[in-house]
Amino acid sequence: MNITNLTVHELVEKMKNKELTSEEITKAYVDRINNKEPDVNAFVTTLCNEALEKAKEIDSKREAGEKVSNFAGIPVGIKDNICTKGIRTTCSSKMLEDFIAPYNATVTEKLLKEDLIDLGKLNMDEFAMGASTEYSYFKKTSNPWNLNCVPGGSSGGSAAAVAGELVPWALGSDTGGSIRQPAAFCGVVGLKPTYGLVSRYGLVAFASSLDQIGPITKDVTDAAMLLNIIAGHDERDTTSYEIPKKDYTKALNKNIKGLKIGVPKEFFAEGINEEVKAKLEQAIETYKKLGAEVEEFSLDIAKYSLTAYYIIACAEASSNLGRFDGIRYGHRTENYQNLKELYKNSRSEGFGAEVKRRIILGTYVLSSGYYDAYYKKAQQVRTLVKNEFSKAFEKYDVILTPTAPNVAFEMGTKSNNPLEMYLADICTVSVNIAGLPAISIPCGVNGDNMPIGMQLIGNKFEEEKILNTAYAFEQEYGFREKYKPEFKK
Amino acid sequence: MANVSKEELLHIANLANLNIKDEEIDSYLANLKDILNFAEIVNNANTEGLQETIGENDKCNVFRKDEVKTFEDNKMLIQNAKEQERNMFKIPKVIQ
Repeated sequence: MNITNLTVHELVEKMKNKELTSEEITKAYVDRINNKEPDVNAFVTTLCNEALEKAKEIDSKREAGEKVSNFAGIPVGIKDNICTKGIRTTCSSKMLEDFIAPYNATVTEKLLKEDLIDLGKLNMDEFAMGASTEYSYFKKTSNPWNLNCVPGGSSGGSAAAVAGELVPWALGSDTGGSIRQPAAFCGVVGLKPTYGLVSRYGLVAFASSLDQIGPITKDVTDAAMLLNIIAGHDERDTTSYEIPKKDYTKALNKNIKGLKIGVPKEFFAEGINEEVKAKLEQAIETYKKLGAEVEEFSLDIAKYSLTAYYIIACAEASSNLGRFDGIRYGHRTENYQNLKELYKNSRSEGFGAEVKRRIILGTYVLSSGYYDAYYKKAQQVRTLVKNEFSKAFEKYDVILTPTAPNVAFEMGTKSNNPLEMYLADICTVSVNIAGLPAISIPCGVNGDNMPIGMQLIGNKFEEEKILNTAYAFEQEYGFREKYKPEFKK
Repeated sequence: MANVSKEELLHIANLANLNIKDEEIDSYLANLKDILNFAEIVNNANTEGLQETIGENDKCNVFRKDEVKTFEDNKMLIQNAKEQERNMFKIPKVIQ
């Protein structure tokens, strides 16, 4: 049995039938990490020994007849901007290189409550600012489909680890596409929940009004199961919503007869790669065959959203990252005469170039004289984008677009051009601007065997609809049975 | 066309508590100019009469009881500080 190839729902089933123990599963992943991590570089911190110990503990609990969760003993990977008590949480930054989180994020607590086993902390772009994971201070993560290509970002470590079967599932975070775009580049499933569905307590803040934690998994069922675990109101995050707990797996019934899917034609216009477009068009045909009503419409917001996004995200980041001053935690310079120098030198040494660039841009757009022209205007554009989506959802249940205009690009080709890197987010940012849920699922590969992602956007708190729409395609298309990452060098 | 001067850049960097080295100034200016020119696109959007969206949800004030809770592991909180003394963060002298 190839354990690491199984989905989590298959692992759960096998544990239930006593075909597999947690130790066997965890051991299989540890072996896989030892074998493949040198090629993929998905982890900032691995916790292999601790994981094996915990697996044994859980197996004995189960054997002794103690009541444990169905997920008890399943390993998980966590993006390194989510706090894990007693474990280094670095945000892939020199600034937090030796920061030991003194408490758990709410999502971490929820994973531990289910007795999931933390296999390690996953690499990312520094402070989640980037679209390729090349801006990590520690290492560059490779895409398991082609090791010379980026895994996308900023949750590149999470997506690469799931695609390369180094973890069975993982948590990422998404501010402008950071779950969906790497999921698309790595041929896995990535879900960005509605803003407020999952608590952000203990997620190191980048842009607080846009950030959201979500699952990166092998298939849609696993995504629904991981969402079940992490969703829910938290009084420690005042922006989290009080809505009744749901079982998202119950929505997965493949029945999409009569479902209205809107396809915004602007997302298929200039800049979209022809092979990406062709696969999306095939997917649309599949949906028609399954009984959905597909219609093209106009949603001309992508470029406005992207510019508004970079203004808002950088403005919020410049404020959020003000806390890193070298005093209470984080990097502290050795070179200072007074307090101002301590601040300035600690920050200048601790942050990488892209983070500094965004702090400066954010400070600029918030500064007197420019506030109205940029920040205020961007906040109005945000209202415009929300209104346009609201109008669209009066007509359609789900909106279908590519997740990214292209497949994974080669390392080093965009890292020196910030603006070009920003354009990688063009299909995904509008969803964050409007606070909507969206999922990316693989819908084929290009001529070089690189995966192509399809994004399904839903109205607020309609995760069930997009999950089932994704599930219907996944079951019909069978991506995982057809294609595998080859670790091509 | 957005045009940021060197003086403006250094002023902004100082506000953000960041140093910019002389050899970095040109690339920062070029990047900023590129990005701000791109950002001009927002000015083409028709936002007449639209309110600003401040936060992502419509919640306004969220209240909870003002209860004192003891942070269970306060030692761990302070352990991340590079300089500390008697359970306090140590900083250089502020008033000379």
